[in-house]
Amino acid sequence: MRALVAATLAEAGYKVVQAEDGVQALEIAKKEPVRLVVADVNMPRMDGLTLLKHLRGLAAYKFTPILILTTEISAEKKAVAKSAGATGWLVKPFDPQTLLSTIKRVIK
Amino acid sequence: MSDPNQLLNQLREVFFQEAEEGLEVAEAGLIELSNGTFDLEALNSVFRAIHSIKGGSGTFGLTRLIEFAHTAEAILDALRSQDNPPATEVVDGLLLSVDHLRAMLAAERDGSDLDSARTQDLQAQLQVLLSLVQGGAPSSATAAPVTAAPAAPAATFATEWSIEFLPHTDLMAFGNDPILLLRELGSLGPCRVEAILDRLPSFEQLEPDSIHLGWRINLSAAVEEAQIRDVFAWVESETDLNIKRVEPAAGRPATEPAPITAPTAPKAIPSAARAMAAAQPQQHREASSIRVSTDKVDALINLVGELVITQSMLSQIEKEVQIPQLDRLRDGLAQLKRNTRELQDSVMQIRMLPIKFVFSRFPRIVRDLTTKLGKKVDLQILGEDTELDKTLLEGVADPLVHIVRNALDHGLETPEERLAAGKPETGSLRIEAYHQGGDVHIKVSDNGRGLNLAGIFKKAVQVGLVKAEDRLSDAEIVDLLFAPGFSTAAQVSDISGRGVGLDVARRNIQNLGGTVEVDSKPGKGTTFSIRLPLTMAILDGQLVQVGSQIYIIPLVAILESLLMGSAHIRNIAGQQEVYRLRDEPVPVIRLYDIFGVPAERKTLPNSLLVVVESGGKKAGILVDDLLDQQQVVIKSLESNYGSVGGVSGATILGDGTVALILDVPGVVSLANRQARRANDEWGTRAARSQAGTASGAGRSKA
Repeated sequence: MRALVAATLAEAGYKVVQAEDGVQALEIAKKEPVRLVVADVNMPRMDGLTLLKHLRGLAAYKFTPILILTTEISAEKKAVAKSAGATGWLVKPFDPQTLLSTIKRVIK
Repeated sequence: MSDPNQLLNQLREVFFQEAEEGLEVAEAGLIELSNGTFDLEALNSVFRAIHSIKGGSGTFGLTRLIEFAHTAEAILDALRSQDNPPATEVVDGLLLSVDHLRAMLAAERDGSDLDSARTQDLQAQLQVLLSLVQGGAPSSATAAPVTAAPAAPAATFATEWSIEFLPHTDLMAFGNDPILLLRELGSLGPCRVEAILDRLPSFEQLEPDSIHLGWRINLSAAVEEAQIRDVFAWVESETDLNIKRVEPAAGRPATEPAPITAPTAPKAIPSAARAMAAAQPQQHREASSIRVSTDKVDALINLVGELVITQSMLSQIEKEVQIPQLDRLRDGLAQLKRNTRELQDSVMQIRMLPIKFVFSRFPRIVRDLTTKLGKKVDLQILGEDTELDKTLLEGVADPLVHIVRNALDHGLETPEERLAAGKPETGSLRIEAYHQGGDVHIKVSDNGRGLNLAGIFKKAVQVGLVKAEDRLSDAEIVDLLFAPGFSTAAQVSDISGRGVGLDVARRNIQNLGGTVEVDSKPGKGTTFSIRLPLTMAILDGQLVQVGSQIYIIPLVAILESLLMGSAHIRNIAGQQEVYRLRDEPVPVIRLYDIFGVPAERKTLPNSLLVVVESGGKKAGILVDDLLDQQQVVIKSLESNYGSVGGVSGATILGDGTVALILDVPGVVSLANRQARRANDEWGTRAARSQAGTASGAGRSKA
């Protein structure tokens, strides 16, 4: 999944940095500015929603678009994602085209 | 800067300036489009210009402008989807609307009244043009400039949606951006967007992180409500969304492609600023620049001027003192002198603008006039990038327009006349500018009929400028063109020739320190050559001594300086002394006489004469001594003291003394007046004494 997202984005000309889990993602995000975060809800060590909360706590990520990948989205899950500070979500599975058009919704 | 009103006013001022420039771009683009080829780039540039003006008008709440600009924009947009050049009447209509936008902007700027009847009239005309253009368009599919995907074909636009999008203040805290959502909405179909400013707090309370704006969107697209909701899916918890289906209005054509615009509020709000940027995605600035008020630049120039004076003062001291460390001081001073020069050059550069600012209006003028006069003209513009001082640029604009109008009205013939004279039916008008020897030269040449010298002379006799029996050289006859109250047009047209023409043009140019010359060949054409100094703030001058006074004669006016030999001194009819310079009589001007100051040398033989040129004529100025040549900073005498005849300004020399800068044409005319008075005096005296001793009598006064 991660490889597919990374390859699709790289193909479209974006510079992609990958992290294996939430902890590593947070480390990377602190070191270099990232313009868009795409995070799976389920990740080892730190899940996507926890990562989100940490990121929103950083001044540099206050307004950064953060998308979460999830297998299902219900009203309840939406509320949880929103309270964590998610910009939007993508329901798995999705094709590369959907990923790209979705990203256009949050970055120029 | 802390006063929000002041900031807003400044932003407003910037908008007006940019709008003004935008209209010029639009005008230039329209002219390009009118030559019958389809130029999408030109069309786009016009569209962008009008579009930005509309956007800016929205920001400052200039609703009448928005509406008017919108119609013009809709026409342009419809034109973009066609492959053929726009019809002449469409371009004409758009040019008129550019003119009217300019008038509207000016009215808003000064707070004066708008001519609303004219607005309505033009608006109606534009509507007609719009339906005309749209009727001719095969389809108006890709309408909106920020539409990502092509919208549905025109026929299915029947469904209209009215959407009220009121984001909560914290919308951006989740990484969403309203402009992107609006853009996404635009991918469904053409949108007409209007900003809701009701919730906008006062400037002090404005939170840059929060959204205070809302939008009312009119979407024309055959889509389901769910598709619209889907666009806002991520923000539904932070947004009040109101979606309604609109029944097609009877009056407005449902196919009208209206591009997305986001008229938004002050730029301090990031999203609004981005909205503006997004609304004009293709706009590139050719060169990066900042806008600075001319006052600041002038203050800087003034300061550098003072620095130049200080530097020359130090150089002066260097010549007088003797100290052991003099060598090192001298090195430092030399360095200072170089740096000052460079600094001065760079600062002067700031005031320099390309002459394009003036030239850009000519295509329009030529187009309008030739249409009106039924003439055919091929206009060539060269050297648009030639730079000159802003003040000069502004000063030379009107005279140039006048000369160009004259060339079109009087110089160039009608197609029939041209064919009859064996010339190609299309005449040519060439406007060029270039730098030469520290001056800017501007030439306006036509290949028309040339000056009719006999006609000019006859006319001059009619209006009483000369007598029929006067014998004038060709150059003198040409010079009559510039005499006050002269107009050769057989009938006075509204184009040129109200009788206040060329004399005013020439006087304006002379006031700028420039000259105008005319060269004409019968049947071949006429060339007006304007020569201007690069700047009005500094001039190269020759310092001359008369008694205890030091005067500065601008170097550009000086032809040569010489020691007078007694054999060449003549006295014409007793009243005017002349020096025969290589067989050419040069009238001698005694500066001390004009200014009423004591002088050392009052006899001509073995005295110094500075030969100057003014209005194509030579004159000699008698001086006691020639001093340094140096660059001097011009200080206005008018603003510090008052206008003085024969003096164009003053400067402060290295030793702190004030020296007057001579206005050479002014000095020459003062001298002429004095000579004329002397002549009259001599005439009456001669008449009284009946005869004989005439030459002796006049000698005392000259």
